[in-house]
Amino acid sequence: MTKSTSRVLRVFSTYLPVLLIVLFAMSPYIWTFLSSITPETDLYTREFHFVPEHPTINNYVRLFTKIHFARNIIDSIFVAVATAIFGLTITVPASYSFSRFRFRGRKMMLMQFLGINMFPIMLLIIPLFIIMKNLHLMDTHLALIISYSTMAIPFSVWMLTSFFNSIPTELDQAAMIDGCSGMQVMLRVTIPIAMPGIISTGIYIFITAWNEFLYAAILTSSQVRTIPVALQNMIGEYQIEWGLLTAGGIVSALPVIVLFFFIQRHLISGMTAGAVKG
Amino acid sequence: MKPRSRIFPYSLITPAMVITILIIFIPMFRTLTYSLTNYILWKPAERGFAGLENYRKAFTDPIFLLSLKNTVIWIVVIITGQFLLGLGTALLLNRDFIGRGVARSLILIPWVTPSVITALMWRWMYDGNQGVINEILVRMGILDVYFPFLANSHTALWAIMFALLWQGFPFFAIMILAGLQSIPNELYEASEVDGAGRRIKFFRITLPMLKPVILTTILLRTIWVANSLDIIFIMTGGGPGYSTHTLPVYSYIRAYKGFDFGYSSAIAVLLTIFLIAFVAVYIRSILKDGES
Repeated sequence: MTKSTSRVLRVFSTYLPVLLIVLFAMSPYIWTFLSSITPETDLYTREFHFVPEHPTINNYVRLFTKIHFARNIIDSIFVAVATAIFGLTITVPASYSFSRFRFRGRKMMLMQFLGINMFPIMLLIIPLFIIMKNLHLMDTHLALIISYSTMAIPFSVWMLTSFFNSIPTELDQAAMIDGCSGMQVMLRVTIPIAMPGIISTGIYIFITAWNEFLYAAILTSSQVRTIPVALQNMIGEYQIEWGLLTAGGIVSALPVIVLFFFIQRHLISGMTAGAVKG
Repeated sequence: MKPRSRIFPYSLITPAMVITILIIFIPMFRTLTYSLTNYILWKPAERGFAGLENYRKAFTDPIFLLSLKNTVIWIVVIITGQFLLGLGTALLLNRDFIGRGVARSLILIPWVTPSVITALMWRWMYDGNQGVINEILVRMGILDVYFPFLANSHTALWAIMFALLWQGFPFFAIMILAGLQSIPNELYEASEVDGAGRRIKFFRITLPMLKPVILTTILLRTIWVANSLDIIFIMTGGGPGYSTHTLPVYSYIRAYKGFDFGYSSAIAVLLTIFLIAFVAVYIRSILKDGES
């Protein structure tokens, strides 16, 4: 085979299919973005335009002036940050314990934490609604923070345990010989080394809390309204304003995508480590 | 490692354990008890123990049976689709080409997309009046006129499944890609010496080596896909008619439109039982396979 035909073959066998898949992955965003910069009235004209004739940022302006989207963003940030901090506070020690110690019931408890994911949300949400109501926590940030932190346990424990496992135990042992207590070893030796992994996990918890819809729809209403619920309420209205809605979609997806790019490498290595080893 | 004190490992787990009991296990137990009662919020007088009445009702309820059937279709179609597209993507990304890192990052974007955004983007693209998918299909000559994909009871479920295929295939791709990269090159080299072609290499080396990753990923995704209801809820609300009802959707609608907490709980418990049964059979067959 000559060099040029093999190059042509490469274009068709590799670059073209890759391009198609990337296009498939990106196209909903491309279309949503194009709609968001189209004037609301142009969206409903008979004539179809793939690229807006009169691009505008009006939809974004209306998002922040007409409806209280800034307030939704603040609610979402607050809940997601608090969930990440609280979630890590409970899962870092637990994962450390699973990674470093062999004790009675370890396997069972690990399986139990990972198994939480298996339960349908509908199995939990009615009683949770009643419990939150009785505790007067309905429509508060706290209700969401507690629920989301619990939901984050399986994934965090999976990730963090694999990060801790990748740190050799010799350092722990050296610190022990130097007279550090178990707690000191964890706080001063292992956690600082595992920090990149811990931060990635925290960002992942942030993303899941930011994205969550069902708990928020049920446990909050007027005082606290996160972005997904706010967007859903816009769909529920009599006439859907797609210009506004697509702008809202872009604004809420953007931070998630940016954050994700930062943690991608760590996230993937932590996530796949458990599965690849089997 | 041997801890100095026996309680230390347990004390580290305690906070996570306590919150799990409060937010997962206690509610779960209460749902189980609700499912055995007649508990309709606006009929407080009738509230009381009902035995297995809610479960008996489920198996004679045509909407429940339809939701069960839809749930099976939902899981099988989506998992198969995500797996095949994910495998293809992983095989492509495993090749050496310029821009591989960028392509990998971009392909992952659907996976981090919030369900609400996925639902609204696709709902807008499927729109029967201004939807871009309709426009493209008409221009390509596949459709004569715009078709309301989500408002037609024959196509609605398939349209939503396609949106979920989009959202979930990157997860398969990334897991399988990691699996591909862990296959030692020596295996391929050795088989080349034996004169194996590409096809034989794929079926004799690649697929068997990927098996553990594929099996784990299918398990994780099946549980997630079976439980996902927000996309359906936002795209169609379970309609038109009952055509996009799956078990979680039906349970949700019984609870928040009908306020029938007893029946809704029974549906949720049944879904859980089905899932646990599936997982048990699945894991057992993997273990058996591993022994032989």
